Amino acid sequence: MIGGLFIYNHKGEVLISRVYRDDIGRNAVDAFRVNVIHARQQVRSPVTNIARTSFFHVKRSNIWLAAVTKQNVNAAMVFEFLYKMCDVMTAYFGKISEENIKNNFVLIYELLDEILDFGYPQNSETGALKTFITQQGIKGQLQTKEEQSQITSQVTGQIGWRREGIKYRRNELFLDVLESVNLLMSPQGQVLSAHVSGRVVMKSYLSGMPECKFGMNDKIVIDKQGKGGASDDAGKSDLGGGSGKQSIAIDDCTFHQCVRLSKFDSERSISFIPPDGEYELMRYRTTKDIILPFRVIPLVREVGRTKLEVKVVIKSNFKPSLLAQKIEVRIPTPLNTSGVQVICMKGKAKYKASENAIVWKIKRMAGMKESQISAEIELLPTNDKKKWARPPISMNFEVPFAPSGLKVRYLKVFESKLNYSDHDVIKWVRYIGRSGIYETRC
Amino acid sequence: MQEWANQLCENRQFGSKMTDSKYFTTTKKGEIFELKAELNSDKKEKKKEAVKKVIASMTVGKDVSALFPDVVNCMQTDNLELKKLVYLYLMNYAKSQPDMAIMAVNTFVKDCEDPNPLIRALAVRTMGCIRVDKITEYLCEPLRKCLKDEDPYVRKTAAVCVAKLHDINAQLVEDQGFLDTLKDLISDSNPMVVANAVAALSEIAESHPNSNLMDLNPQTMNKLLTALNECTEWGQIFILDCLANYTPRDDRESQSICERVTPRLSHANSAVVLSAVKVLMKFMEMLPKDLDYYGTLLKKLAPPLVTLLSAEPELQYVALRNINLIVQRRPEILKHEMKVFFVKYNDPIYVKLEKLDIMIRLASQANIAQVLAELKEYATEVDVDFVRKAVRAIGRCAIKVEQSAERCVSTLLDLIQTKVNYVVQEAIVVIKDIFRKYPNKYESVIATLCENLDSLDEPEARAAMIWIVGEYAERIDNADELLESFLEGFHDESTQVQLQLRTAIVKLFLKKPTETQELVQQVLSLATQDSDNPDLRDRGYIYWRLLSTDPVAAKEVVLAEKPLISEETDLIEPTLLEELICHIGTLASVYHKPPSAFVEGRGQHKRLPGSGGSSESPDAVSAGAANEVAAVIPSQGDLLGDLLNLDLTPPATTGPPPHSGGMQLGAMDLLGGGLDSLMGDESEPPPIPLRSDTPRSPPLPHQSSSSPENSLTELGGDLGGSPAMGAGFGAAPAAMPPAFSAPVSGGLEDLFDLGGGVGMPLGSFCPPKTVWLPAMKAKGLEISGTFVRRAGVIQMEMTITNKAMSVMTGFAIQFNRNSFGLAPAGPLQVLTPLSPNQNIEVSLPLNTVGPVMKMEPLNNLQVAIKNNIDVFYFSCQYPISVLFVEDGKMERQVFLATWKDIANENESQFQIKDCHLNSDTASNKLQTSNIFTIAKRTVDGQDMLYQSMKLTNGIWVLAELKIQAGNPNYTVSLKCRAPEVSQCVFQSYEAVLKN
Repeated sequence: MIGGLFIYNHKGEVLISRVYRDDIGRNAVDAFRVNVIHARQQVRSPVTNIARTSFFHVKRSNIWLAAVTKQNVNAAMVFEFLYKMCDVMTAYFGKISEENIKNNFVLIYELLDEILDFGYPQNSETGALKTFITQQGIKGQLQTKEEQSQITSQVTGQIGWRREGIKYRRNELFLDVLESVNLLMSPQGQVLSAHVSGRVVMKSYLSGMPECKFGMNDKIVIDKQGKGGASDDAGKSDLGGGSGKQSIAIDDCTFHQCVRLSKFDSERSISFIPPDGEYELMRYRTTKDIILPFRVIPLVREVGRTKLEVKVVIKSNFKPSLLAQKIEVRIPTPLNTSGVQVICMKGKAKYKASENAIVWKIKRMAGMKESQISAEIELLPTNDKKKWARPPISMNFEVPFAPSGLKVRYLKVFESKLNYSDHDVIKWVRYIGRSGIYETRC
Repeated sequence: MQEWANQLCENRQFGSKMTDSKYFTTTKKGEIFELKAELNSDKKEKKKEAVKKVIASMTVGKDVSALFPDVVNCMQTDNLELKKLVYLYLMNYAKSQPDMAIMAVNTFVKDCEDPNPLIRALAVRTMGCIRVDKITEYLCEPLRKCLKDEDPYVRKTAAVCVAKLHDINAQLVEDQGFLDTLKDLISDSNPMVVANAVAALSEIAESHPNSNLMDLNPQTMNKLLTALNECTEWGQIFILDCLANYTPRDDRESQSICERVTPRLSHANSAVVLSAVKVLMKFMEMLPKDLDYYGTLLKKLAPPLVTLLSAEPELQYVALRNINLIVQRRPEILKHEMKVFFVKYNDPIYVKLEKLDIMIRLASQANIAQVLAELKEYATEVDVDFVRKAVRAIGRCAIKVEQSAERCVSTLLDLIQTKVNYVVQEAIVVIKDIFRKYPNKYESVIATLCENLDSLDEPEARAAMIWIVGEYAERIDNADELLESFLEGFHDESTQVQLQLRTAIVKLFLKKPTETQELVQQVLSLATQDSDNPDLRDRGYIYWRLLSTDPVAAKEVVLAEKPLISEETDLIEPTLLEELICHIGTLASVYHKPPSAFVEGRGQHKRLPGSGGSSESPDAVSAGAANEVAAVIPSQGDLLGDLLNLDLTPPATTGPPPHSGGMQLGAMDLLGGGLDSLMGDESEPPPIPLRSDTPRSPPLPHQSSSSPENSLTELGGDLGGSPAMGAGFGAAPAAMPPAFSAPVSGGLEDLFDLGGGVGMPLGSFCPPKTVWLPAMKAKGLEISGTFVRRAGVIQMEMTITNKAMSVMTGFAIQFNRNSFGLAPAGPLQVLTPLSPNQNIEVSLPLNTVGPVMKMEPLNNLQVAIKNNIDVFYFSCQYPISVLFVEDGKMERQVFLATWKDIANENESQFQIKDCHLNSDTASNKLQTSNIFTIAKRTVDGQDMLYQSMKLTNGIWVLAELKIQAGNPNYTVSLKCRAPEVSQCVFQSYEAVLKN
């Protein structure tokens, strides 16, 4: 198990050091600094073995978090724990920075004592932790016996992520379907790989211990329900890119720990008691029938040794009534570029020497349109034999639909003990599709 | 280090708000004293503040153990925050103050009875972390109560505490019957208590491999599987990891467990997913392959594995290392998922390299076109390692998928046309393998390869090219010329190239005997007479005899048909693979090594449950793994291990440590002692080739001047004459047969009688100043400097220039810990304020009694310099020659004995190029830097100087300097018990000689 946990600033000075196991000495702190933080070369692995001691590290801005062990620990767990640790710290005091860590070091030690015991991760849900670890540190005394046992049963209980007795005057929930669409396309327009990784993020403000059921146009479910279910679905508004498909094939999905996995496995239904506030309900991935919101058509021509001509056309491929936003096309230029002249039909384009790229920005663009940019790149003559690697042209954008075609069919809320029903809950659904790594080779 | 933090904090003090960070700031001299007073204050708030300060000091590594009684006094409080801080302190220092720690026992025992379950748990949790026997005795009763506490939070904490106690005193845990109580907790109603009990039991069971502690039977399995659905994500991991150790009775049970574990594959936590994959991979072995469920399970495994690749990069890395194992064990799972392993432009390099590995494993006829297109893209990237691996991957595809070989070869040819040096070399190495796999098929490309002959500078590529020329000598018109061109620099080539060249020329001779007789004689005489390498020489003799006695037999031997090379390369050996599959998700699977290779002591090898015949012989498994163990432990790591185990915590006293031998000794231990023990551990010196047997080869007819016997006696003579030659034989001189060692030392003694006189000292060597701290980085302060040794004192000479607009004052300097304990012997003397555009020359005397920490490179020095503006940091490297002390001249006898005594692995050889001094001037020059010539010997116009020097920490370095008249290249051989210093010493040699 984890033998110790250290936090360093960018210089390698230790800000937090907590040792859980006797086999980890103080000198391990120095070993990591010398061998990793101060190492000459770029880090070649997130796991380093120094003298039979293994160091796992992650970096958040300038801060290094390192977990140390001498045993054959579960490596995936250690990294998951480090990420969780970052989440917990962020939830308590915001950004992970040297200043914040120094300002909260007592709190951090308190957290580390609670969420890792002898190197074994314990309950690390912020919702539960905040009931008894507070920055004021006085809560411990004022609690009644009932409150205390409520805390302990929540921390150890089956529903560790939600406390009892939550009340809202207005029961409300927000569902965001956030997708990032990834593409790698060959210069000839052949899709080399494309996938959507999506997340369903939920913000719930519900009283009591509500039981929720979430439904989407999952192909397996729709096919099971047969035709009746499908026609029911057709009546609803079509938010997608107009492909008109009824259901989508989900390659794989993972759920927040509140979702009953065995139920999903047997009935493919998603039921859960939600945490209070914001959390990620599920993640999913699809690779079939993806709506690619944009197509990039590059044309690069080398004119002699000192000149390049670049022409890039982008085409939007969704309903004309929808608007894409924050469009940015990034066209890499060679390192020996001396000057660039750009002409674009729409938006603004600029050559950024420091980034070695032409950046073309368009604020808004409707569906089924196209636009183009052409540029002349002057090159300095070099005798460098190494060819320019021609990095791919990348794109950023945001569209108001889910490129996977996912649609939320329902989210039902049941709370039997309190006097509100599913109809009383105000529900909001929003779809946002963003570019992940959206690249076209040129 | 502590001063570091202080300075930093002092700087921050100005702007920072009044928050916890202020505790990092105070560190005046009387600090401990002040803290003591504050800790004993009546005011609660002040007490708490003081404890916070203590914890902050503890964090930065300062020794605050002197405050033990005062801090413990604060323990009896109602304030939970304060209590936790005191406990934190106790955990750190109780071990060093066991007698005083006992003071805390009462409070602990009382707290274990507290009505608040949080406090009860806190007490039992902390008590288990205090490794003091007396405390442990008192822990038993409260622990027993807590294990049966009504509150689950206390029970789950107590469960872990049993594991803690077991780590301190295993016997006590058994005697007190805690193990049984812990087993009972597996049936607890609370899922988290179950999970922690499982974790504790698993850990304890691991240290008792044969105990029946984790007695997994169908009933407990059922309990665990139920708890699996209810506990936290971490608890699920503990339970899954434990389940993986179970061996199902039959395939039915195996299937039912798999069915209950598969839902975990949808968990958001990657570790839960990987642990579930481990259980499934293991239990799948039990399932008959024709079972429908078997196929279903295979299908279910692919999507979650792919999903792992969208996690954060560090987790992706862990996942990829595991997928690499899974793909080797069950390639069918991911065979259709090639695309997800395509490298993304901004993947971290460690992810890229792993993806590439998996791509090659998944390459098949169906997807080869896509794979090749990708690999070609990668070969144009920037990272050299990645590009090389991509080029190599193309070669591996050619070998793996026969249909693609032609396209691979043409892709490789395209890449060779780019003329990027390392791409060309890598391509040639893989083309050689392709030739071996498909003989007589792609010879048309040889012409292109030959064009690039001149650009090859890596041994592997040169050797590959030579192999190709030798193998296809009959089709290359100028093969003899090509090979001859390599022959010119035969002695400068690496062994790999020499061996290959010798074989290639013999092949050439067998194919074209008429024109190449001279060439073959030349190479064989080079290999047999002038080489120190036994491999090269002995095989040279064999060839020579073969050729001279029976050329037909020679042809049969040398031009024999070669065995085909296998399709899959870099496969993990099957028994190891089976073991690693049982460790999916853990460090072992990341390192691809069995746990015993990196974990101390204990532990048994895990095996997959047998369905096929693969794991029938447990002996074979453990033997295979044992071999691996011997191979994988890096010696470097061990050395570092020794370093780590030395306690480097600075002593409690503040101020510079007294200049006693203590620190010096520590330094010696650090570099010398640690190494000695390391060398002692490595009990396998390379076998000594018995020279008395080999020379019995019959004389060869072709030979003109020297028969092998002659040459060997010459060799013997050489051996006696030059101690450095011993290394060439790959034998430890100390281990030589006695009959041999006598003449050796005799020769050496003679040699020392020849010792030449030592010249007069010249001016001492002082490297030119370089800029250490550019003004741009230090708000206008520029420092350039150098190091020099004068009259036995190391001086740091600096030019401090003020390039800022304002006056600079208040200069001070500090060093970070360094390899030789260099520290300022006095304060930095900059008396007058430094006006803008003014500079000042300062000379700072240094001593070597500072704290020691090994640096990389060894002679690196990190310096902090302060003035009224800020603190600046820079690092510089000092020539190690400043550390050579004046009494570094070794007695001849001692030199002799020491030279023999130091193992040959500790010898390193360096070349100094373009140096035009004769041996006397060189010797005089070196002496000014305290490198003393002990003896000189002249053989065949070659001067050998035997020299010694001693470092400030008592490490001796012995050297042999070979100078050949008219040759500007000198050879230095260095022998030292701490071979890490050799590189630095060599640099000093070069600097001094070329100065």
